[in-house]
Amino acid sequence: MKSPPKTRPAAAAAWAEPPVDAGPATGLDAAIVRADFPIFRTPREKPLRYLDSAATSQKPDTVLAAMDRYYAGYNANIHRGIYAIAEQATAAYEDTRRKLASFIHAASPREIVFTRNSTEAINLVAHSWGRSRLRAGDAVLLTEMEHHSNLVPWQLLAEAIGVELRYLPITGSGELDLERLPVLLADGKVKLVGVVHISNVLGTINPIADIARAAHEAGALTLVDASQSVPHCPVDVRELGADFLAFTSHKMLGPTGIGALWGRRDLLETMPPFLGGGEMIREVKLSGSKWNDLPWKFEAGTMPIAEAVGLGAAVDYLEDLGMDKVFAHDRALAAYAMERLVEVPELTVLGPPAPRRGGVVAFTLGDLHPHDIATVLDDEGICVRAGHHCAMPLHERLGIPASARASFHCYSLREEVDALVQGLHRARRVFAR
Amino acid sequence: MSGMDDLYRENILDHYRHPRHHGTLEKPDITYEDANPLCGDRIRMDLKIDQGRIADIRFSGHGCSISQAAASMLCEAVQGKTLEEVKRVGRDDVLEMLGIELGPVRLKCGLLALKTLKAGVYGIHQWPGEDDANEGEAS
Repeated sequence: MKSPPKTRPAAAAAWAEPPVDAGPATGLDAAIVRADFPIFRTPREKPLRYLDSAATSQKPDTVLAAMDRYYAGYNANIHRGIYAIAEQATAAYEDTRRKLASFIHAASPREIVFTRNSTEAINLVAHSWGRSRLRAGDAVLLTEMEHHSNLVPWQLLAEAIGVELRYLPITGSGELDLERLPVLLADGKVKLVGVVHISNVLGTINPIADIARAAHEAGALTLVDASQSVPHCPVDVRELGADFLAFTSHKMLGPTGIGALWGRRDLLETMPPFLGGGEMIREVKLSGSKWNDLPWKFEAGTMPIAEAVGLGAAVDYLEDLGMDKVFAHDRALAAYAMERLVEVPELTVLGPPAPRRGGVVAFTLGDLHPHDIATVLDDEGICVRAGHHCAMPLHERLGIPASARASFHCYSLREEVDALVQGLHRARRVFAR
Repeated sequence: MSGMDDLYRENILDHYRHPRHHGTLEKPDITYEDANPLCGDRIRMDLKIDQGRIADIRFSGHGCSISQAAASMLCEAVQGKTLEEVKRVGRDDVLEMLGIELGPVRLKCGLLALKTLKAGVYGIHQWPGEDDANEGEAS
């Protein structure tokens, strides 16, 4: 197991007013980092300009090699076998749990529950905690900028047991309207606040610590959708003061198929299981069963072992880069992109100014449909996202059917932003009416 | 530029820039609206029917060049046709009008007008016999 980082980097909340004009001085040389990612070495007709890391990140050699080593060297099921490779597989799987705990500064590895992804982590809380703790008349407070993954599980819960859903609105600059927070919490009915850490559309960095404090004062827990923050910036769950936090491997240089829920131990201990099956039990009788200890109580059936091993290698890779440097790099690129994008006539960037956002820049371009923009860019090898990015209510709130989005990670280059701007000029020419 | 020539042939851009049969009809005999939830494309078809034939057809809505051009071309193609003939128009006919290969996501854009027209003509939400790939969307 890797030792924890020597100096603990500041959490995202402390990044309110950092220097933006980082450029090459962010301490991370993306051109060098890039050499570790085989997808950029794969020969192709046009160079790959991948600007869709908010959808999924690319994977470094070390992650792929770790998964290969597992399958070739010690493929065995975990927590069962007595033989050597089964013990080796169990150790590797549990080692990733320890790495994740250290990565987000959890009090104990037992607070890390493996899931398929962030979506499943949030569904776990909605199902296990929500159905056992909430009843009709209670309320869950979400925000207008949530991804569908932090909306639909609560809508299902609302349908099932009749809890009320409330929504914290956004301001004109695409930030949470915090003045409305005390009003929405005032009647004491809200039992949980579900909020995204960094918006996957607006890029907004939300002040989680302030929100969690207000929620706690009103007797509510806080669940953080950290899908776009854990992969990109230092996250310290103790500083955030949250109760649950969900994130996913494939956005943080790891494989698909695995993610995690962090939860405060005292909460997880008293929550009923989510899925039933093998591994999550201590004792099964035909008349009933006793549950396993944390965190295995929540890990039913054979888990994605190779993916857990790959995720462990991804955490090592990110820690070697330094999450503060990764974040500075992503944000410098977003700031540079915003600076360059204003050159394109009729282009509107969604969300707050650069100093208050992460490495995500979504935009509209006149009346050009984002699909058309993305198709022209694709012709230049530029990958951007076009659509509603699984945030339909947010797009409705913004009054647009869809948007195009560029997003960055540690391997993203300034020249890719330059290519994006060139491509957008071309899209305007192609579709000039 | 080769890829671009394939995807945005001049006929598509022409229909996109100068859509035929664009607008709405007063008191249409058939009107139907459908949307592609994936990208927010939305198309409404208004039809005037005279003795079983399409006497007039208009489309409205918004969307990408492929969905708008396909709607324009489709309206042009079915004007004057009988409802029975319209029922026989299939996805391959629309793809032939567009004259390009479409990936799975853009295929839904290209076929939205046909889906809307058919649903209106059949008077049902889903008409029989057309594949309708239904991909989800990642964040």
